[in-house]
Amino acid sequence: MKFIDVVQFAAASLRGSRARTLLMILAMSIGVAAVVVLTALGEGARRYVINQFSSLGTNLVLVFPGRTETAGIGPGMLLGQIPRELSLDDAQALLRSRAVGRIAPLTIGSSQISRNAKNREVIVLGSTYNLLVIRHMSLGQGQFLPAGDVHSSESICVLGAKINRELFGNESGVGKQIRLGDRRFRVIGVMTSQGESMGFNTDEIVIVPVASAHILFNTSGLFRILVEARSRDTIEQAKKDVEIILFARHNGEKDVTVVTQDAVLATFDRILRALTLAVGGIAAISLAVAGILIMNVMLIAVSQRVQEIGLLKALGAPAAQIRNLFFTEAVLLSGVGSAVGLILGEAGVLVIARIYPSLPVAAPWWAVLAAIFISLGTGILFSVWPARSAARLDPVTALAGR
Amino acid sequence: MIELLNISRSFTVGDQQVTALRDINLNIGAGDYVSIMGPSGSGKSTLLNLIGLLDRPTSGVYRIDGGNVTDLNDEQQARVRSEKIGFVFQSFHLVPRLSARMNIELPLMLAGVAVDQRRARVEELLKNYGLTDRADHRPDQLSGGQRQRVAIARATSMRPSVLLADEPTGNLDQTTGREVINLLEQLTEQNVTLILVTHDPALGSRAKRQLHMVDGQIVSLTESSR
Ligand SMILES: Nc1ncnc2c1ncn2[C@@H]1O[C@H](COP(=O)(O)OP(=O)(O)OP(=O)(O)O)[C@@H](O)[C@H]1O
Ligand SMILES: [Mg+2]
Repeated sequence: MKFIDVVQFAAASLRGSRARTLLMILAMSIGVAAVVVLTALGEGARRYVINQFSSLGTNLVLVFPGRTETAGIGPGMLLGQIPRELSLDDAQALLRSRAVGRIAPLTIGSSQISRNAKNREVIVLGSTYNLLVIRHMSLGQGQFLPAGDVHSSESICVLGAKINRELFGNESGVGKQIRLGDRRFRVIGVMTSQGESMGFNTDEIVIVPVASAHILFNTSGLFRILVEARSRDTIEQAKKDVEIILFARHNGEKDVTVVTQDAVLATFDRILRALTLAVGGIAAISLAVAGILIMNVMLIAVSQRVQEIGLLKALGAPAAQIRNLFFTEAVLLSGVGSAVGLILGEAGVLVIARIYPSLPVAAPWWAVLAAIFISLGTGILFSVWPARSAARLDPVTALAGR
Repeated sequence: MIELLNISRSFTVGDQQVTALRDINLNIGAGDYVSIMGPSGSGKSTLLNLIGLLDRPTSGVYRIDGGNVTDLNDEQQARVRSEKIGFVFQSFHLVPRLSARMNIELPLMLAGVAVDQRRARVEELLKNYGLTDRADHRPDQLSGGQRQRVAIARATSMRPSVLLADEPTGNLDQTTGREVINLLEQLTEQNVTLILVTHDPALGSRAKRQLHMVDGQIVSLTESSR
């Protein structure tokens, strides 16, 4: 029997029982569409996070005070010491490494900002000129913090776009005076509106020189040091150098944590990939269910077409050919089902992309392939039994319809 | 060309043995016209099914064209059915969702005959059996006589040397039945062996050789000199 005839005969049988065929295709396509849409969502979330991270800067090494992941008890702890803080000089010392390009020390606190009668609570970031470059921020008006002595505690500040709007309306605050706590600051610049990134809204902050922030909050420690390696290849070297320099400065005490942004990113990437895989897997179960449905329906089809099978045998069809016919029917069912499902799924992805434009949804290719393979696979697997039972029928009893 | 030697067939029903055929010996030549008659349950259909390779004997040897077919496996038997044997059934056994044309084409398709060759042969058969204007009708849109004509056209589409008909007129009125028998008899003139099971003595007596069966045995073999 020619292949094309097998396909046409199987297609004719499927057309013969339209309602049943449509239901099967529906079940299969819902399964495939679910896999496509759910993995597209997971993948979208992953890409979203990665985009957000890279908008924070590139080739970054982050330094925190304290050792977050050591479980052991160090000598410092036995003596009841709190971990030594990161100082501005620690930060400056990092520039000794040749792998390090730029650094930006970071102090953070919150304060009352006021201008005439208007005032509000605001997050104050103490940093240096390099913050702008390292964090890929962009300045709207005026100037950013001046490059120069990091220890200089000039009373100048740069406002987030929203803070400027709240205090000065549509005018620019550049050149005007504001108060942070009980100190007066001169506005030298305003940031452009960038919106939220990683839960941190740069529109609602005030940036001051790090030394000024230390005075404002009466501390000398740093919340974080942002270290930018000279290139992608020197990230690991920069991390090592930073550790060596800081441990040496802290008398060998390993009381700082140094992580590369890539490592943080990789962790998120792993978590979100696992999540995508998990939802994809759950959706794939519905495909298996559809496969079982197909098996049942094919078994019913075999019992409904016993006489036809007997006839085919009488007309000289060997068992293998009959098996092949029923097998082809099931494969056609799952094939058409997965094609329809792919179309439905991609349409769903388009709709989601319309509704949430900021989420870069797209079904990963491996999920699409897996959906097709699973649906065809279950279709094939679950049609083996019905096809075999059809082929095994005894022609005489089958013809008699018994 | 058909040789049955000591053929027996028994069925096991529960713990009982039902013997449908006992020690049948029969030779049928090419182009023979044989009718099989006998009371219900005498084993006519069982014999026909054995000759058509739809069933296997419990014991005995069956030869077609000198070759032993009892020992062939299922696939080889299917091939013999496809190439040498045509069936006509009492209840027509047409595939309900297929048109008359496609029903006739079915054995050719199963045998993998090339499309243009297939088309030509089917059109010829439709014409010979007066079905050309019914070619695209489904079986439920055809009369009983037309259905049986489609079935005969289908049975002959592979140009078999043996045609087996189990009460082909059983579901037809007398005139239509006559027409169907005429069509079958015409085939014997083309050297096709026709084996016809019937309850109608008038039809059965038209055959050159008439077999009477009782209780799984051939009790008489009449050779008419028509
Ligand atoms: N599959 C089977 N299982 C058990 N017994 C069977 C089977 N097929 C046939 N028989 C028995 O074999 C005997 C012959 O049956 P068969 O069908 O050949 O009779 P028949 O001559 O064709 O009768 P009818 O004229 O009614 O068609 C009967 O006794 C029947 O009960
Ligand atoms: Mg019978």
